[in-house]
Amino acid sequence: MMVAVAAGVLSAGEAHRALLNSVAETARAIFGAKAASIFLYDERTDELVFEAVAGSGADTLIGRRLPSSAGIAGWVLVTRQPLVIEDVRADPRFAQDVAKDTGYVPKGIMAVPLLHQERSLGVLEVLDRPANAAFTLAEMDLLGLFANQAAIALDLTQRSRRASEALEGGDPAYAAVAHVARRLDEMGADSAAVRRLLEALADVLGSSDGDAESAAERPVRRRRRH
Amino acid sequence: MSDAADDALEEVLPAWSLTADQAAKLRDPAWPSRFTREWAWGGSTGKGVRVAIVDSGVEPDHPLVGAVQQAVTIGDPDTVEVLPDTEGDLCGHGTACAGIVRSIAPDCEIVSVRVLGAGYTGSGPVLMAGLEWAVDEKFDLINMSLSTTKRQFSEFLHELADDAYFNNTMIVASAHNMPVESYPWRFSSVLSVGSHDQQGPLTFFYNPDPPVEFFAPGLDLDVPWIGGSTLRCSGNSFATPHMTGICALILSKHPELTPFQLKSVLHGTATNVEEAAP
Repeated sequence: MMVAVAAGVLSAGEAHRALLNSVAETARAIFGAKAASIFLYDERTDELVFEAVAGSGADTLIGRRLPSSAGIAGWVLVTRQPLVIEDVRADPRFAQDVAKDTGYVPKGIMAVPLLHQERSLGVLEVLDRPANAAFTLAEMDLLGLFANQAAIALDLTQRSRRASEALEGGDPAYAAVAHVARRLDEMGADSAAVRRLLEALADVLGSSDGDAESAAERPVRRRRRH
Repeated sequence: MSDAADDALEEVLPAWSLTADQAAKLRDPAWPSRFTREWAWGGSTGKGVRVAIVDSGVEPDHPLVGAVQQAVTIGDPDTVEVLPDTEGDLCGHGTACAGIVRSIAPDCEIVSVRVLGAGYTGSGPVLMAGLEWAVDEKFDLINMSLSTTKRQFSEFLHELADDAYFNNTMIVASAHNMPVESYPWRFSSVLSVGSHDQQGPLTFFYNPDPPVEFFAPGLDLDVPWIGGSTLRCSGNSFATPHMTGICALILSKHPELTPFQLKSVLHGTATNVEEAAP
């Protein structure tokens, strides 16, 4: 059982990467753009990482990291607002930063945050649409819809990656769970002892308070002046 | 009850009810039965209206923005202390918003409240602290071309938005054109703004199908950016300060208006409502 789970998780990682690439390719095709990229926000390092690139830069950019506050992508990440810029070269500071980091300076950028539930997972950028094509509101709405699909793909990728980390023992907590799963697998999932153990575990987990967010974490209005 | 006693009671008791006598005192002769744009903001420059731009900062002395009357930021994200800000704008977004407001209401006061920038990524507490400061300072208008998706902040934001509304501060917030819950634009105590694709800074539409309440120009706009430059941009972020600017014009001419009345005037002078009037 465990071997099958491991194989499934590892192959899912590949599938999700293919899904993200497909989303980037489709975004590029829909908008007739030179390139499209998907950035993942890495909370641990506070950076944006190129996860998928279609078109220009596809060979060199995957895995490259940028500070989360840099450029248009960082901007869109923090404001949670889509942004379209017709000629980013008019902003010299931005152009220099991006050229230094990626070696490719686009002219026009459409960028949209990838929001899933409460989290801002990353950013989808569509670069250099045909110069003579006027941007429309319908495209902006389409980009928003499309971003939802990309966000779901990115969420799946993150989950899959965490599951892989668990199997590979990167995090002690995950490793402990993986170890238990492996032992249970060796004991045989159908044995009565394993079933009793799992039922008892489900009972304990089921009775705990599921509200992860404590009241103390919620901000409190400090003063009120009417 | 004597008039004096009545007046004394009025000062003590909150307005939870309205007697016939009190109703008679509430007549407002200046309030027309139908609004025209001329009545609403004709001759106005936004003078005397205080606008807070809660954003990435505002570049000082940008030729298309002009003077920034005050700039503050939130210090350490853990202590969320409000401090004077000397960084200007780290990105351009706040400068763009301030410039759009000034392009419509050239004489309004602009105060920059920087809640975005290096190290602030996703920092809800910084955004909350900046907005809370602006609400407590009782600005006439607060422009928020940004939002948060974190549900744990929604209750606090809702309370802040209501406090602002009852203190005669209108929060003007960018709506999302994505199927995601975000705040504060969805609260009815703020004025939410989406984009339309027509020309004219004063062309705006009331939306009879909320939650987005108004649509303002948001497509292919030349906006001020950092380094004294301009950039051609699109997005609800830039539609929002158009509504803030129009509100500044109205409040400059009619400073007594409550947020409810301000929304009513906006409804009555919206391009689609005005054109449909007999």
